[in-house]
Amino acid sequence: MAFQMLLNVVLAFLWMFIKVSYDPISFIKGYIFGLLVIFVLRRYFHSRFYLFRLWSFVKLIFLFIKELVLSNISIVKIVLKPNLDMRPAIFAMETELTEDWQITLLSSLITLTPGTLVIDVSEDNKTLFIHAMNIGEIEDEINSIKNSFEKAILEVSR
Amino acid sequence: MSEIINILIGFFILAGAVLCLIATFGVIRLPDVYTRNHAASKAATLGVMSILLGTFIYFYALEGHFNSRLILGIVFLFMTSPVSGHLINRAAYYSGVKLWDKTVRDDLKEYNKKMMGKSSAN
Repeated sequence: MAFQMLLNVVLAFLWMFIKVSYDPISFIKGYIFGLLVIFVLRRYFHSRFYLFRLWSFVKLIFLFIKELVLSNISIVKIVLKPNLDMRPAIFAMETELTEDWQITLLSSLITLTPGTLVIDVSEDNKTLFIHAMNIGEIEDEINSIKNSFEKAILEVSR
Repeated sequence: MSEIINILIGFFILAGAVLCLIATFGVIRLPDVYTRNHAASKAATLGVMSILLGTFIYFYALEGHFNSRLILGIVFLFMTSPVSGHLINRAAYYSGVKLWDKTVRDDLKEYNKKMMGKSSAN
């Protein structure tokens, strides 16, 4: 991805040199033409066309914001309920992610989801220990949410 | 147009203040460190973020001043507050703070036992 971006910047500079005009407008024009060239030649790169990856990153950010709002609503509900009848628990979750940054991103996503908070990551980076505010049959539901997060993160790193 | 902007600013700042208030109630009411941390690390984050966003819109729309520091503040808060919640929880767990009446305190205890008491946890 970084290589494709660098190539795109180089192509934009090439465009500026060809046009002999050095202003931001011609840089942007060259960048767009370079984007087109990279899109046409995308089968020669190892990774995907980088705009797709950028787009899945933007989707991930919106997922973050949505989850933040939802988790706040659920926290408000629990705090303002007259009796405290939630059942907290710590459960383990296996993860398929391998890179450090992916695990960090996943655990901060989990921390911002409704009713879950990461306590520890195991030594071999395979298991996350999560404190859930209200365990029940929710565990399956939470796991499905996790799978969607994991999928989104894998989508970004693919 | 400016009415809508005013309503938006009012909404963000009020919602942020109310969320911070509820986070405070949560810290007072909830039974143990971990659940308190839930309230503090989520509600307070969104509360402060929406107050900052309201301030940003106020200065941008009414004064014409684009304050990028507020945006940076929002981003930094968004990145650091889940991590700080995690760290406080972890430190509490490993210094042996008891949980409330819990259902499944799953693997973590067993895992630590299996790792031959490397930690000082109970």
